[in-house]
Amino acid sequence: MMSTPVIELSGVSRRYQEGPAALDQVSLTVRAGESVAIVGPSGSGKSTMLNLIAGLDRPSAGTVTVDGTRVDALSEAGSARFRRAKIGMVFQFFNLLDDLTVADNVMLPAEMAGTGRGAARRRAGELLAALGIERHARAYPGRLSGGERQRVAVARSLMNRPPLLLADEPTGALDSASGEDVKALLNELHADGQTIVTVTHDLTLAQACATRTVTIADGRIAADVRTEAVR
Amino acid sequence: MSGLGRVVRSGVRRRRVQTLVTGLATMLAVTVSVLGGSLLVASDGPFDRAFAGQHGAHLTARFDASRTTAEQLTSSAHAAAVTAAAGPFGTATLDPHTGADLGLPANASLPPMTVVGRTDPGGPVDDVTLLRGGWASGPGQIVLADSYGSPVQDLGTVLDYPELPGDPKLTVVGFARSVSRTADAWVSPAELASLGAPGTAGGYQMLYRFASAGSTAQVAADRAAVASATPPGALVGAQSWLVTAQGTNRNTALFVPFLVAFGLLGVLMSVLIVGIVVSGAVGTGTRRIGILKSLGFTPAQVVRSYMGQALVPAAVGTAVGALAGNALAIPVLSATADVYGTTTSGVAPWVDVVVIGGALGLVTATAWVAALRAGRLRTVDALAVGRTPRAGSGRRAARLAARLPLPRPVSLGLAQPFARPARMAGMVAAIVFGTAAATFAVGMGSSLNWVQAAKNHDTADVVVNAFGPPTGSAVAGPGAPSNVTPHRTRATADPAAITAAVNAQAGTEKYFGTAGTEVTVPGVAGTTSVFAFSGDSSWAGFTMVSGRWFTAPGEAVVPSTFLTASGTRLGDTVTLQDHGKAIGVRLVGEVFDPHTQTDEVLTEAATLAPAEPDLHPETYSIKLKPGTDAAGYATALNGTLAPLGVTAGSGRSHGESGTIVALDALTALLTLILVATAGLGVLNTVVLETRERVREIGVAKALGMTPRQTVTMVLASVTVVGLIGGAVGLPLGLALHAVTVPAMGHSAGLDFPAVAIDVYPDSELALLGLGGVLIAVLGALLPAGWAARTRTVTALRTE
Repeated sequence: MMSTPVIELSGVSRRYQEGPAALDQVSLTVRAGESVAIVGPSGSGKSTMLNLIAGLDRPSAGTVTVDGTRVDALSEAGSARFRRAKIGMVFQFFNLLDDLTVADNVMLPAEMAGTGRGAARRRAGELLAALGIERHARAYPGRLSGGERQRVAVARSLMNRPPLLLADEPTGALDSASGEDVKALLNELHADGQTIVTVTHDLTLAQACATRTVTIADGRIAADVRTEAVR
Repeated sequence: MSGLGRVVRSGVRRRRVQTLVTGLATMLAVTVSVLGGSLLVASDGPFDRAFAGQHGAHLTARFDASRTTAEQLTSSAHAAAVTAAAGPFGTATLDPHTGADLGLPANASLPPMTVVGRTDPGGPVDDVTLLRGGWASGPGQIVLADSYGSPVQDLGTVLDYPELPGDPKLTVVGFARSVSRTADAWVSPAELASLGAPGTAGGYQMLYRFASAGSTAQVAADRAAVASATPPGALVGAQSWLVTAQGTNRNTALFVPFLVAFGLLGVLMSVLIVGIVVSGAVGTGTRRIGILKSLGFTPAQVVRSYMGQALVPAAVGTAVGALAGNALAIPVLSATADVYGTTTSGVAPWVDVVVIGGALGLVTATAWVAALRAGRLRTVDALAVGRTPRAGSGRRAARLAARLPLPRPVSLGLAQPFARPARMAGMVAAIVFGTAAATFAVGMGSSLNWVQAAKNHDTADVVVNAFGPPTGSAVAGPGAPSNVTPHRTRATADPAAITAAVNAQAGTEKYFGTAGTEVTVPGVAGTTSVFAFSGDSSWAGFTMVSGRWFTAPGEAVVPSTFLTASGTRLGDTVTLQDHGKAIGVRLVGEVFDPHTQTDEVLTEAATLAPAEPDLHPETYSIKLKPGTDAAGYATALNGTLAPLGVTAGSGRSHGESGTIVALDALTALLTLILVATAGLGVLNTVVLETRERVREIGVAKALGMTPRQTVTMVLASVTVVGLIGGAVGLPLGLALHAVTVPAMGHSAGLDFPAVAIDVYPDSELALLGLGGVLIAVLGALLPAGWAARTRTVTALRTE
């Protein structure tokens, strides 16, 4: 039986001023439990697609539905509330707040959503333990390695138990050892049933983690291939 | 265009917010400095400058027209020591009554006025300044001096002269100011001739300037020279400019410390804000400086380019600020001139030059220091600014804030300022100045209003003016200008008839009478005014500085000026020489009476009875029973008093004095500008902070921070700064007020009681303390909105 769609892009285009379309009439469905890699060269439109799914940007045409919500129709506040409830994000450069400890960084999405500090702390403790970095809870991000920082970012992204995890070049700023570490982590999450969309130009990451690889070129879907992740 | 020029131009264009804020801050700073500098200049010997500007009269002489001729007076201009003269002008002392349009009882008596006939306000001596309207050139027109003590404020007001033949009516066509106070009003010479009162000889006024008139002795010698150059007995009165100067200086001295404090506050704040804005703007360009250096810019070129980027908007701001300052200075200096009773000649050119040069110099120096520091950074370090975490800065604050039981956006914001202590200090300093200025201004407003209330001592609901119709010639009544020589007197109506009418009138609760006379006191120069009260005068509204109100004949209260002049203290007994009799009075209280320009003694009428048994009250101050309509009471009482030729009117002061209105307006304007400048300092800092944190804000928004939470976070980041600024600025403002108010009093020879200084209720203190937060929040609103509106994807892309 086909699982429920988590992401539905229908005829989505995104144009910036007078230039060519960054995304052009793209339609894509991602179902719960899938791990999708979106690959393509620089400027192909893959980050634009990720931003549209996250509600960080709005399409020029078409609709974006995530977990039953029309993301393209949400207000700025509405999309913020939607993100903290439905989406976890992992960035290439981690985007951790330097002034906050690891634990405080991880707790932030829950606190932003109004979760009590005690409950947030317990959840953060669980996640840091699950990701093997609980010993760094009181440290500041600047003291961690790249791989450790990305683990913190992943922990933060899972804080509110989002149905969808979006990862933007999650290994792009890491050395190969740390990169392997993150690949293993994404596979573990997927194995636990987490729906993941990863944007990358690293084909080995796509092969390692994704069950489906969507190739974007010049703003259009050039290929959509189901694969088996190399574990 | 050279590479350097392109960098400067692109820097100015691309960094629009900072360019705008730098321009605005410089503009406000220059505006405030022009105003502050002009206030300092205007407060430096205001009488002397205005007197010189008007070619003031060293001697205002009055001659009896029956003993001299106009030709003889004209030739007196050649008397020894006379360097310039004006006149002869015809003059008369008249008794105006109110028309129907003054909001006062019709036909009420106004203070006697010395009217002079002049064809125009100018001349070699006493070049009168026309404040409003035009000069009296035709029949039925009159120009009032702004120093004339009456409620007449409007052009077109009609004054009635019922005792003159034909019951003439004169329309007020202008208001003018004579620094020398040579007249209460002016009419055309032809009009004056037509106003001749029956039974009174006409008079001439001559105005003289002398080569030497710096001391009482010199003026006395000059007067003697004039007297000897005119027929014997013709000179019937003369007013020395020294007396006028003394009175005016005493009034202005009250306000000089206040305006000087405001002026200094403005200049200091301008320096601070420009420093904060420019150094902040250059400091945030450090990464760009790194890029420039990586492209081959030398440190010197970097410094020049950033000085250029600061100077372009600063130059525009300076130009606009100078124009705005000069434009705003017109009403401000006009109000100041009203306060000082002088005239304004606009902003002194050297103030503009100093302020413009100072502003540009300050911008250059600040930009130079900040750019030099950034230019000296290693290129790799400059490039890393904003990309690498700042070690340790603000982390403890962030950790502590996270523990607070507050919504996370609030605790995130609270910790932010501590990451940049120097920037926070600048913002705190701006808020300290803003809060101090607001606190000082509010306090000054309260103190000045207290002074006004004490000055009015208008606790009576209704006052009966006991002067009957004019009867003859010779001495001045109370209320007459001190610098003119009245030639007619008005007898008081039968006191028994008046008190009978007051007693019989329904609604009377209590009343007292006040009589005025002149005495001499051994050891005190000149004459001393005595106000003699009949009945219970304890509710008269005089504010005691120390001691108590008199309760028995032989006791008296006096103002601080009398104690100083006589060298006495409370408890001492002084002797009043009244009509050849010596009357001892014991001083039991010191009264606050700022409007007096002469020494005065307040006592019971019975004290003077041995010397003046027929001294009758000139006014009766009446307190009404609760619920009694004052206007109805006055109308009814006037009906009874009409046969006596006296009138009753409102006892309440007719609004605030012009001085207080002018000072209140000045205070409000200067406070507004200072607070706006402080807000701009905050705005600039928060703009810099928000731009620097835009990526962090983007991350937070990507994690689900709503626009409202973003605004909350930014506003929370300035709240703690506002609280600190308020906590420091409040006591600073209170201290400034506590120093300035007594200084105002001392320079005017007055002792302010504690109640004039302790003018801040607790609720007001709390509000003023929170004023720092208000300034901070107002300053941060714009950048907070900008942060909330910035699209997350844009923020995340921002370097």
